Amino acid sequence: MSQLMWLAADGYNVTRRNLIKIKRMPELMVWVLMSPIMFVLLFSYVFGGSINVPGVNYREFLIAGIFAQTVVFGATYTGASLAEDMQKGIIDRFRSLPMTRSAVLVGRTASDIVYNVLSITIMSLTGLLVGWRIRTSFWEAVAGFGLLLLFSYAFSWVMATVGLAVPSPEVVNNASFMVIMPLTFVSNAFVPSDSLPTPLRIFAEWNPVSAVTQAARELFGNTNPLAPASEAWSMQNPILYTLIWVVVILAIFVPFAVALYKRAARK
Amino acid sequence: MNQVIRAEGLVKHYKEVKALDGLDLAVPEGKVLGLLGPNGAGKTTAVRILTTLLEADAGRAEVAGVDVAANPDQVRAMIGLSGQYAAVDEYLTGFENLDLFGRLYRLGRAKARSRARELLERFDLNDAADRPVKTYSGGMRRRLDLAGALVADPKVLFLDEPTTGLDPRGRVEMWEVIREMVAGGTTLLLTTQYLEEADRLADEIVVIDHGRAIAQGTADQLKDQIGGERVELVIESAANLGRAMETVNSFSTGEVVVDEQSRTLTAPVTGGSGVLVEVLRQLDSNSVKVLEFALRRPTLDDVFLTLTGHGAENGNSEQPQKKKVSA
Ligand SMILES: Nc1ncnc2c1ncn2[C@@H]1O[C@H](COP(=O)(O)OP(=O)(O)O)[C@@H](O)[C@H]1O
Ligand SMILES: [Mg+2]
Repeated sequence: MSQLMWLAADGYNVTRRNLIKIKRMPELMVWVLMSPIMFVLLFSYVFGGSINVPGVNYREFLIAGIFAQTVVFGATYTGASLAEDMQKGIIDRFRSLPMTRSAVLVGRTASDIVYNVLSITIMSLTGLLVGWRIRTSFWEAVAGFGLLLLFSYAFSWVMATVGLAVPSPEVVNNASFMVIMPLTFVSNAFVPSDSLPTPLRIFAEWNPVSAVTQAARELFGNTNPLAPASEAWSMQNPILYTLIWVVVILAIFVPFAVALYKRAARK
Repeated sequence: MNQVIRAEGLVKHYKEVKALDGLDLAVPEGKVLGLLGPNGAGKTTAVRILTTLLEADAGRAEVAGVDVAANPDQVRAMIGLSGQYAAVDEYLTGFENLDLFGRLYRLGRAKARSRARELLERFDLNDAADRPVKTYSGGMRRRLDLAGALVADPKVLFLDEPTTGLDPRGRVEMWEVIREMVAGGTTLLLTTQYLEEADRLADEIVVIDHGRAIAQGTADQLKDQIGGERVELVIESAANLGRAMETVNSFSTGEVVVDEQSRTLTAPVTGGSGVLVEVLRQLDSNSVKVLEFALRRPTLDDVFLTLTGHGAENGNSEQPQKKKVSA
């Protein structure tokens, strides 16, 4: 078999192992899925009344932002799981086996796609209940979900790198909180970016989380063409801008994570 | 003889700590080498280098003629490793763990499955096979971990402190399993902190301290060097230590070790319980009151006291240093 076929086979086996864990610990999923539901409800009913988005119902505006926030936060799980495997010596065991070197990471990030599909499904259902609607064609909606998954996949590699670089899962959780909170809140996920003070507005406009949110909004038809998002190029071309981020992130973090994995020592 | 495991001049630093300081090892085909040393001696570091998990700063190592640094993939396909801490997935069942390892060793689906069943049977884990490992006892985890190392029927096996943390019964069971395994012709490098374990399992023992071999030989050769059993006595009054030492010394085949704080005397003897009775009788007639006495096999501590003049420095123990006292 070729090298690539072995990578696929080994990656499949690692993915399978990760999914068994989700099956054995359903409570893990429950807690993870609770938070996006909470966000949908909180923002819809608590802040919804006081946030004004020109030309669009706030709940419709909000859902794509929650999608983006959730998949980005979900990547923390990738990093925390790897850190836990390393702490427990499982990575050492894998490294002593004649398997493809990158298969553990490929399998890890692949199983997190399954996990993100689950959480996006739950969020979509919650969204539909509070009044979110897809107003575009079937294929545009598919493209919207596809782009969210693609972005989350790329972001998983960022957190995989973090997970391999730090000594314990707790550190991943804290570190990611510090990065992901500003990244998701200083964006257009919850409020229109033009309501922000100038430096934050510029950050928000070029923030990839804003781009994937804006792209999803457009693909789901949750924007108002009469009230354009922003003049910035990134917001005028959110799909292209998101794809550029995906490519750049993968190009940097896949080799980085694999290199760390090869040197990984039990901490 | 054909050396299956060979290491020459291995050096490994962690910042200022010299974990390995020019270690040489050689294990002939089908033999068992016991790497014996206290906590922090460098045993795990040596195993990690030999199993391709770590690169040495200097020196070279080969497994079955393959250089571990140059061709790690080839080495991994030939070896089995059971590390110091059981590295099995808690959320998977015992069967799922072994099945996963089998697939990753590329046995194929059917073979991986049948091999997993076979090993669970052999390691007495059949009843627990379909339970998540989270529910296993420490001993069961270790057995599963060892089974994981055997999935691909490797020619060369590395076991890092396979019985540390097990209760006495678990330890004896593990010895049984290892002995059976070795009877099949596997070449084994085993690390341990227990002289008795090395004595029971290893054809040859290397005593390691601060990353260097300080003694080497068969268990018998080592025992000749360090003497046989020990008598250990605790006397009532510190004032009698001098007199007690003289008495014990007259029966001892080596040097008497005195720990003044605990009023304990330890001395190598030959002749078993008869000698112990003689020692006690003599002390009694010299009016030395004995609180406790024992005849025991030598421990790692005794080996170190004899070879280096200081006890086995256990990285984290705070026992007072024992000193060798020459009579
Ligand atoms: N990852 C590490 N970082 C820093 N020091 C280490 C590391 N691993 C081992 N050491 C040090 O190297 C020495 C040898 O350790 P080790 O090989 O684990 O010994 P043993 O297995 O015999 O207990 C010890 O002093 C230990 O503290
Ligand atoms: Mg060790």
